[in-house]
Amino acid sequence: MNPESSFAAHLQSQGKLPSAISMGTSPEHLAPHGTTIVSLRHAEGVLMAGDRRATMGNFIAQRDIQKVFPADTYSLIGIAGSAGIALELVRLFQVELEHYEKIEGTALSLNGKANRLSSLLRSNLGLAMQGLAVVPLFAGFDSNLNIGRIFSYDVTGGRYEEHDFFAVGSGSQFARGALKKINALDQSEDEAIAAAIEALFDAADDDSATGGPDISRGIFPVIYTAGPQGVREIASDRIAQLSQEMLLRRSVEPNGPRAHLTNGRDRT
Amino acid sequence: MSMPYYVSPEQIIADKAEFARKGIARGRSVIVASATDAIYFIADNPSRALHKIGEIYDRIGFAAVGRYNEFENLRVAGVRLADTRGYSYDRTDVTVRTIANAYAQTLGSIFIEAAKPFEVEIAVAQVGDTPNQDQLYRISFDGSVHDQAGFICMGGDSETVGNHMEQNWKIGASGQDTLKAAVNALFPETKPDITSLEVATLSRTGEGRCFSRSSAEEIAKLLG
Repeated sequence: MNPESSFAAHLQSQGKLPSAISMGTSPEHLAPHGTTIVSLRHAEGVLMAGDRRATMGNFIAQRDIQKVFPADTYSLIGIAGSAGIALELVRLFQVELEHYEKIEGTALSLNGKANRLSSLLRSNLGLAMQGLAVVPLFAGFDSNLNIGRIFSYDVTGGRYEEHDFFAVGSGSQFARGALKKINALDQSEDEAIAAAIEALFDAADDDSATGGPDISRGIFPVIYTAGPQGVREIASDRIAQLSQEMLLRRSVEPNGPRAHLTNGRDRT
Repeated sequence: MSMPYYVSPEQIIADKAEFARKGIARGRSVIVASATDAIYFIADNPSRALHKIGEIYDRIGFAAVGRYNEFENLRVAGVRLADTRGYSYDRTDVTVRTIANAYAQTLGSIFIEAAKPFEVEIAVAQVGDTPNQDQLYRISFDGSVHDQAGFICMGGDSETVGNHMEQNWKIGASGQDTLKAAVNALFPETKPDITSLEVATLSRTGEGRCFSRSSAEEIAKLLG
């Protein structure tokens, strides 16, 4: 890529990019860690949802952290791992995309954005080796192909395109297990929102580092969608209402909706 | 051995200024004006690819006349400065005054030190909550800065175009009236060719990035 239009390259040449430091003790007790993010495709595009908990070892560092953000007009980024470094990565990535768009006069392609995130992530490899890893999840609406797409990453900057859904973070296995049973590619955005809330609840149910809906404090997941019209945040009162309805259903059926063994799906 | 001729500093400055002025006057004009709904940037520019108008930051826009390669460098430097400040401090810490100062410093030292001055004139504008809170700066090829109220007109026959604006436009005009007045000032005799108009706005309401380019359809609709 043209180094002229890379904001990160410009910062690096100015010596302003945060660089590696060395750590002596176990890092998960030093800095807060963000937990579960899920992303799923639907008929209109793609959505991303995250729980609100950050943990530091065995205690809860923050109850209402935001871990899903718009990266630009058509894409979303969610983060799991060391929160401070991850939030900095999000900020840098947002400016990186905006900077390119302003200098070149046109936005990067979705593949281009995914690749840029890869190289930004690779520059954090030193810290990741010392335990302060960041694992982002990137999703966006591809205006050329007219579909939503999801990209996952590893700490070395490896970039992998996912098919229908994906999750990252400590509760990701449980969320993925849930999504495997209730997610469908032809689902509407509303169905996808409901599936994301269910999957995050299943993650919180079995992973102590993932936060469930907090009725008493009014803290619910953050959800964004990206479609042909761009990125949109789902209103928090709507998520609150959907979460409360889900909790009512779960008071009867604690394990959530049951998938049919033979064919089709049951998501009532 | 040949002896260099002595040329007085006054003469050097005057020659450079005349050279730059001639270069700028050869091009076409650009108008930046505060309307009730937005700041409008209107350029007579037949090229679809080589823009004279650009986005600097959330509420800051850029317009230029003169040599493309020279003002394009300045535009990129402005975006860099704004993004670096916003990233290092906060988005609200990026102001048009900082950008205008940096342009003034750069153009001023190029005018004095370089053999050839930049043949450009720059306008940077920051949109406020009301037209009276808008900040419009014009920076000349020699680095002098003018803080202008209402509108800026530069490049080409800027005096005639500016007089035309002064007679047909005043602060408090709507976006549509502003665009019409500017287009009439840029094309006083002929019917304007919409494809040779480059128009962008800095919207007064709205969060985050307020800059947007107007499509040919939007321009045609406003011009009626």
